[in-house]
Amino acid sequence: MNWRAAAAIYKFEMARTGRTLLQSIVSPVISTSLYFVVFGAAIGSRITEIEGVNYGAFIVPGLIMLTLLTQSTANASFGIYFPKFVGTIYEILSAPISPMEIVVGYVGAAASKSIILGLIILATAGFFVPLQILHPFWMIAFLVLTAVTFSLLGFIIGIWADGFEQLQFIPLLIITPLTFLGGTFYSVNVLSPVWQTIALFNPIVYLVSGFRWSFYGIADVGVGVSLGMTLLFLFTCLGVVWWIFHTGYRLKR
Amino acid sequence: MSPIISVSGLTKTYGSDFHALRTINLEINRGEIFALLGPNGAGKTTLIGIICGIVNPSQGKITVGGHDIIRDYRAARSLIGLVPQELATDSFETVWATVSFSRGLFGKKADPAHLEKVLKDLSLWDKKDSKILTLSGGMKRRVMIAKALAHEPSVLFLDEPTAGVDVELRKDMWEMVRALRASGVTIVLTTHYIEEAEEMADRIGVINKGEIVLVEQKAELMRKLGRKQMTLHLKTKLDMIPAALAAHNLTLADQGRELIYTYDTQSGRTGITALLDDLGAAGISFNDLHTTQSSLEDIFVDLVRQRS
Ligand SMILES: Nc1ncnc2c1ncn2[C@@H]1O[C@H](COP(=O)(O)OP(=O)(O)OP(=O)(O)O)[C@@H](O)[C@H]1O
Ligand SMILES: [Mg+2]
Repeated sequence: MNWRAAAAIYKFEMARTGRTLLQSIVSPVISTSLYFVVFGAAIGSRITEIEGVNYGAFIVPGLIMLTLLTQSTANASFGIYFPKFVGTIYEILSAPISPMEIVVGYVGAAASKSIILGLIILATAGFFVPLQILHPFWMIAFLVLTAVTFSLLGFIIGIWADGFEQLQFIPLLIITPLTFLGGTFYSVNVLSPVWQTIALFNPIVYLVSGFRWSFYGIADVGVGVSLGMTLLFLFTCLGVVWWIFHTGYRLKR
Repeated sequence: MSPIISVSGLTKTYGSDFHALRTINLEINRGEIFALLGPNGAGKTTLIGIICGIVNPSQGKITVGGHDIIRDYRAARSLIGLVPQELATDSFETVWATVSFSRGLFGKKADPAHLEKVLKDLSLWDKKDSKILTLSGGMKRRVMIAKALAHEPSVLFLDEPTAGVDVELRKDMWEMVRALRASGVTIVLTTHYIEEAEEMADRIGVINKGEIVLVEQKAELMRKLGRKQMTLHLKTKLDMIPAALAAHNLTLADQGRELIYTYDTQSGRTGITALLDDLGAAGISFNDLHTTQSSLEDIFVDLVRQRS
């Protein structure tokens, strides 16, 4: 393992994040605060509690997930797409590094950034609502697993994409809707039975449910199922990444 | 000594029927400067791309320093520094950050002293803290060279290093390439400037339509080029060269109406005066004469034309 190479890519990506540090931190803090103002004040005044949890507090895990999913895919896809776009990818391809090291560098950096953002949002939320974290270990575990999984997904999108529109395509058309429909702002249990069944086809339901369980001990689906699904997505993405490097798909001419 | 790069039976096909490279066999010797010449689209960049791991070969085997570029890619690529044809830099990085990154990417321990030397050699030291986007095109090209040299490669590929570079800078670059060679680095460069190949290379390869059509020592080529021919248009036809002129390197042409004298401009004496004296003594007179000398350019154009 060429750790120096992986570290070089990681540092390079983190430096890129560092250059836009202000907007990286300020924008999630502002948007999270807005969610609290809008959802907390408008809806929270009608729904005060869900399954014994204050509504504002109830949506915190979902909000963090929302940021985690969108930021992970956006960062990782941009991280690998940009060198392809400007041509600097030549250096990565001609360096004595394995696909593993490339992935560790790019995906590691994207995941790190979204984990940091997730924690910032958590801290911001602490100002607005009473938070409780029953299972801190599992909270961190879900946070890290989800960040890594969706950074891998972003990496795949970045390699597949031929233009900036395609970079936006999957996040905008798939991830954001699925997140909103995935029980971020409500419990799936409030849906009618038919919609509950449909919701179970939404992978994000499992992520949000497991994550929320680590906070309040309440879940829409069993926590074991959530963990299993998260790992399933993780290994699916790893498999696709392996296939991409194995075949040289869209990376080498 | 074994060659540092050995390419055998290499082909590259794009799509189902476009042959960018057809059965390339080539060896690059340790420590030489090898110039690859060829018209646009000949396959120079593709060949370099395959050796460096950017383009997948269709067939064939390549070793760098004895390491197979696919099976043993880490060892092979560690030896290579690449300066691609297209300018591609991380605009928002500083010069120092980008060369440090390159070194790390190749798994080398940080070595500020080495990077300082590389930047100084390329006259980039005073720009080390500048963002790359604030540099001129020629400076950016030098940054790319610095990146390639950051990990102390044994072979340096320069794909048209002097395209769009002013005369002054071109001279500097030639200087730098010579200094690198003196330090033991093997250099493979492509160029469209024949005089650049003449000036720099130890050996010259010509590629056209995906085929290597000539590989020769430059000195050997120059010797061929150094030959000049003087053609005398005779007043009266000769059936054969008279015995009195046998000592001169003469041939008859155009059914005895022309006498061609081949001589070496690089030797001290051309022997022209002696020839003219002997011609006068033999009573052979001529109406007109002209001399011709082929250049590398002529050979190059000929080769390329023959094949198309
Ligand atoms: N990705 C690609 N897909 C299809 N054809 C390609 C691709 N890349 C290169 N080619 C073709 O392969 C041939 C060789 O291209 P290459 O870039 O190696 O030429 P070159 O000798 O470097 O030319 P130049 O002097 O213009 O740089 C060209 O005909 C080119 O169009
Ligand atoms: Mg080229």
